[in-house]
Amino acid sequence: MDFYLSQEQNLLKDSAHNFLAKECPKQLVRIMEASETGFSRELWQKMAELGWQGLVIPEEFGGSGGTFLDLVVLLEEMGYYICPGPFFSTIILGCLPIISAGSDELKRAFLPKIAQGDLIISMAITEQSASFTASSIKVSAQPDNKDYLINGMKLFVLDAHIADYLLCIARTNEEKQPEKGLSIFVVEAKCPGIKQTPLKTLAGDKQSEIVFENVRVRNNDILGDLDQGWPIVHDTVQKASVALCAQMIGGAQAVIDMSLEYAKQRTQFNHPIGSFQAIQHFFADMWTYINGSRYLTYKAAWKISQGISAGLEISMAKVYVGRTYRRVTTLGHQIFGGIGFTKEHDLHLYHKRSIIGDTSLGDSDYHKQLIAGELGL
Amino acid sequence: MNFDFTEEEKKFRQEVEDFTKEELPPDWNEKALYWPAGYGTLPILEEEFKDLYDRLLLKLGQKGWLNLGWPKEYGGQNSMIKHAIADDVMSYYRIPGGDVSTAICGPTIAIVASKEMKQEWLPRIARGKVRMWLGYSEPNAGSDLAALKTRAEDDGDGHYIINGQKIWSSGAHIADYGWVLAKTDPNAPKHAGATLLLVDNTTPGVTIRPLENICGIHSFNEVFFDDVRVPKCNVVGEINHGFYYVMIALQYERLFVGIGAFRRVLEELIEYVGNTWHNGQPLAKDPLVRHKLAEMAIEIEVLNGFYWRTVWMMDQGLIPELESSVLKLFGTELGRTLASTAMEILGLYGHLVRGSKWAPMMGRISLGYMDSVSGPIGAGTSEVQRGIIATRGLGLPRK
Repeated sequence: MDFYLSQEQNLLKDSAHNFLAKECPKQLVRIMEASETGFSRELWQKMAELGWQGLVIPEEFGGSGGTFLDLVVLLEEMGYYICPGPFFSTIILGCLPIISAGSDELKRAFLPKIAQGDLIISMAITEQSASFTASSIKVSAQPDNKDYLINGMKLFVLDAHIADYLLCIARTNEEKQPEKGLSIFVVEAKCPGIKQTPLKTLAGDKQSEIVFENVRVRNNDILGDLDQGWPIVHDTVQKASVALCAQMIGGAQAVIDMSLEYAKQRTQFNHPIGSFQAIQHFFADMWTYINGSRYLTYKAAWKISQGISAGLEISMAKVYVGRTYRRVTTLGHQIFGGIGFTKEHDLHLYHKRSIIGDTSLGDSDYHKQLIAGELGL
Repeated sequence: MNFDFTEEEKKFRQEVEDFTKEELPPDWNEKALYWPAGYGTLPILEEEFKDLYDRLLLKLGQKGWLNLGWPKEYGGQNSMIKHAIADDVMSYYRIPGGDVSTAICGPTIAIVASKEMKQEWLPRIARGKVRMWLGYSEPNAGSDLAALKTRAEDDGDGHYIINGQKIWSSGAHIADYGWVLAKTDPNAPKHAGATLLLVDNTTPGVTIRPLENICGIHSFNEVFFDDVRVPKCNVVGEINHGFYYVMIALQYERLFVGIGAFRRVLEELIEYVGNTWHNGQPLAKDPLVRHKLAEMAIEIEVLNGFYWRTVWMMDQGLIPELESSVLKLFGTELGRTLASTAMEILGLYGHLVRGSKWAPMMGRISLGYMDSVSGPIGAGTSEVQRGIIATRGLGLPRK
């Protein structure tokens, strides 16, 4: 066993921490929340110069060929600074499936541009049922000569408002089992027939409703094979769950750090509140939750990087880390008291993201069902 | 990072597995009641199993498996991970892979004691010939251990004379020696002035009085010392350094969470809900039951994280002060949660105890529910652990 990060991972972690401390202050996070785009092109380009977008892209396509575990190390730091922008959508939801299932042609066309920060992609999975099961996908793609026509509505599509392309999951075969009749289409986000409407969200993150009306795509715009899209989606959602866990751990770590600093200097009854046992015990529990979370997440990421099946660990991480982030921010609120309940204080930024993270990409009830299945129940 | 064991470690795990299956009596599964991270049902503390465990310790000693984590110069392999693997496997079979002497006192002696004491004691402990009990708590010194009253006075003639009383002394009745903390300098500040001594149970003046725990098992005792003469060569390390040594010993003690026994209980519950029908379907199909067991699987995996990380840190030469407290806190609290969850799943059947033909899992769950009370209290309460984590681990002020 080895619980150390590699030297390169430590370098990446430190440089990301320092970079974001300077380039991603909370002021920027707040501006992005309130803005329409939620996106700073300048920050995005600087990240690309540091090689973040290209971190897991193979070298032959202009990236640095890092592992999924490397990506998790970076995402934890991005979560610490709640870094805004389309990194999660482009890299996790867009780039990973292209790397794992895209044709050579698609990779050559997309990956170098992604690495350079010139392309934004997202994946359109969920619909009105807000579910991550194959049977919930109703958007259809019907053959029309050599093309397909996509019709239907997607909901909760991340960063679709600024995306250049969407990976749209659509049903291409009604006859087969739900998992066996789905295909992934690479669709230009601004093409005729697509109507994008922004959703008003709790944390100001940018999600959209997307209506497809006879959107014409070519049959070679399919990622992977016809009717074989679901395993790719499933794999992407699994990796995205771990990626989200990494961000949530970073967020929880930021909250415990902020709270510790405060508890050491805030004085009541002539003593720092951190000297009170009730407060100390909160911290002991926060530390325990966060580091338990870290183990589950890094173990899952390590397994993914090693190519070992990790379904059990991924679901365990998603349930536990989501709960951790919520518990830690709630305890943080208890420590900060009234000031933490103000808009000017930063804690609410984390509090919002904790509930959003916990309920995204399969909530804990969904993942507990998966765990039960993995346990043989 | 690497979350896997080496090939050598995997091979060793298999060896321990084979050995354990071979050595335990065929009816062991019916006899062993151990609940993970409980202190009241450890078979090594019961008179009934003393002969069996004494023999097992000798065999473990022959194999060289009692001192795996000790430094190489004292016959060990300097591998806490192997020590932990052995305990993982053996606690799965509800029989810990070591004694207080081998897992707690031995490694502490190897760090702090004089050369003479190491030479005299470590080989005997490593061979499984000496069993020990921990003499820390007193009636008025529980969480506030520094308030201890037991005195050890230099008689000027090569001995210390001990007077006082210990309590919650687990296994004192089946052990050979006490690992006793006594005040040697009454004028010293509260956390100084105490000394660790090895006290032979057969010394005149030692009286051991049984205490029956809420599981109905005689696991712990009160021990009284009346003018007990202990030779000076039995002082562990230096005079008045006792508290410091106890802190070291506690890091080893906190590994005693019965990591394998957690896995075992989960497996048995999964089997139980698969075979138990309710409203025309197995309990395993009930989403509420599924979610409860999924929760337990997650928490047990987290516990594994804390366990193996703490062990790994020890092998790296790091001091897992914060981590070992988290491990103890999390493990013992989980022992309670697991017992509660299991009782909820059993429903009315959880009312039945061992001896009833209707009691599921031979009544281990209802007994475990009682035993699980002990974990978060013994060896430093959950509140004491949280205090250590917050102050020593995270640097919060004490005042």
